[in-house]
Amino acid sequence: MDTKRRKFLKIAGAAALAGIGAPAIVKLTSSAALASEAVQHETAAHGEVAAATGVRLGMVIDMRKFAEQPELLDQAIAACNKVHNIPHFPNDRKNEIKWIWKAPYANVFPELESIHKSEMAKKAPFAVLCNHCDNPSCVKACPTKATFVQPENGIVGMDFHRCIGCRFCMAACPYGARSFNWQDPRPFIDTYNAEFPTRMRGVVEKCNFCGERLALGLEPACVEVAKSAGAMVFGDLNDPDSEIRKVLDKEFTIQRNPAAGTKPSVYYIV
Amino acid sequence: MIEKVLKGKSTYWMWLAVLGTFIAIGAACYVRQYMFGLGLTGMSRDVSWGLYISQFTFLVGVAAGGLMLVLPYYVHDYKAFGKITILGEFLAISALIMCLMFIMADLGQPLRGLNVIFFATPHSMLFWDMCVLWGYLLLNCLCGWVILTAERKQVHPPKWIYLFVYISIPFAVSIHTVTAMLYCGLPGRHFWLSAIIAPRFLASAFAAGPSLIILACLVMRKFANFDAGKEAIQKLTTIIMYAAIINTFFFLLEFFVGYYSEMPGHMHSLEYLFFGLEHDGHVYNNLVPFMWGATLFSFTGLGILAYMKISKVFDYRLVGVASALIFFSLWADKGLGFVFGGFVPNPLNEVTEYIPTANEIGITIGIWATGFFILTLLYKIAVGVEHEVES
Repeated sequence: MDTKRRKFLKIAGAAALAGIGAPAIVKLTSSAALASEAVQHETAAHGEVAAATGVRLGMVIDMRKFAEQPELLDQAIAACNKVHNIPHFPNDRKNEIKWIWKAPYANVFPELESIHKSEMAKKAPFAVLCNHCDNPSCVKACPTKATFVQPENGIVGMDFHRCIGCRFCMAACPYGARSFNWQDPRPFIDTYNAEFPTRMRGVVEKCNFCGERLALGLEPACVEVAKSAGAMVFGDLNDPDSEIRKVLDKEFTIQRNPAAGTKPSVYYIV
Repeated sequence: MIEKVLKGKSTYWMWLAVLGTFIAIGAACYVRQYMFGLGLTGMSRDVSWGLYISQFTFLVGVAAGGLMLVLPYYVHDYKAFGKITILGEFLAISALIMCLMFIMADLGQPLRGLNVIFFATPHSMLFWDMCVLWGYLLLNCLCGWVILTAERKQVHPPKWIYLFVYISIPFAVSIHTVTAMLYCGLPGRHFWLSAIIAPRFLASAFAAGPSLIILACLVMRKFANFDAGKEAIQKLTTIIMYAAIINTFFFLLEFFVGYYSEMPGHMHSLEYLFFGLEHDGHVYNNLVPFMWGATLFSFTGLGILAYMKISKVFDYRLVGVASALIFFSLWADKGLGFVFGGFVPNPLNEVTEYIPTANEIGITIGIWATGFFILTLLYKIAVGVEHEVES
């Protein structure tokens, strides 16, 4: 255990210092982003969402690509479930633990629901996950800071050891992204991954944008599966030269419930 | 004064034994829940708060309702409440203890409860709720005890206690305001995201608390030879009427906003609560009987009270029936519908209904029984002191 931990810290430290590993993803300096922002702010209209400073990780989900390859989303979900020891409760809506999952367009974007929409929006299942908001209402609600914004990259993280299980964050999240361990999840884990902690009962959990993998220079598990098809793009939203920004500059994207004012970091191309 | 709880008639001991039985059942159910987890409840990923939090919300109101006795007596020097003001303070104590027990029962990791203090987080409304609930509990313990001790010695209470009495008045308002803020500041829940929640909570509290005090007075009149006085009871019914009517008015305003604007999010929860929500070919309506029952109870109770005022009759039985009807209607409104309805539909526009389990109901009844047990002991002391002074 100790040697493993040392190895992990070494890799993470080295990656951080040298900026190697996945420099495009875990960029630790943000001067360029700061400079570009100052320019943007001058022309910002009233109510326009201002980007946070520093590295802010985000994701673009290209539903056109997922619709072309229906099995791809299942594979991405399976990869996440495996990496994070997510328990599987068959046909049990009550106990479900979901980090990334599938839902119809009408449920993912209830505020944007319309009668006449594209075939794809009618049929293809959409990917749903935590939005890692810039202004997360779950973080505001948590009475113990067990859920928090990681200042170095904008990820909304969870401390499973501090959470008291009051579930205020679940009531606060406008995206239904949080799950609670109503009972001991460990007997329901299909394949155990020793690299990531299992959870105890009585705590809340959700997608962590694979913070543990980023530290090792890896990409999020779902992105690793879906990126070759171009279905998911992950990177620093504040870096104008990042791949994700290039996609966002080119394509028109939508976000879930922007009226909630939480400033999500996940964008959808529909 | 504590020795007064040790002497009583057989009805007193029978009542305590009945409550004790329910407490034991509740404790056994809690042990089961503690061993297995909250999976023993009917709560789910979609309806993540259930009976515990809804009872907590309602009981904060009952605690705040004591204000309707303290305020007239101490601020307006309304002498008729002299005998019963202590009942309001003692009711607040037992209601707040129930609130704290319900919160503990609801925690997934109860042993970590102190994290709320170790990692105090002022931007969380739960932190402030803890502060005002404990503050109000301690204030009521202090004021109640000091004033009752003075009464027993037949001297005026010390002057300094009035400072705490006056502090307790805004505290009573704050406990229910902050409890409303737990709900009305959440961006994704349309039913709760309404500025009228806090005033509505207060209005319903100022009817529910005094209703319970009237019921307690009637019970003690029959079994403990305690007479609160006709004038005090009549004044309380007036307070209850105003508060319950204001609560109904506020609720109807919610209906107007939802159904006139026809914004789906503002209508869905009301539709679910009162008419049943149709979703994917299935009608979800398990709270409809409770909400219409509450409506019927509320108007019947108000009708009885209004009849008594208009025809100038006074009958303890009618007062009791009306108070009980109004109390139960407010309980169904806030202690069931408000919390459960807010989760339907969920942020993904899906519908999951909540049905509490037997184990969960057992814990809930156990906590209510504990509260009434404490309330009985406190009222025994208060009435005992009263009798001692009279003789």
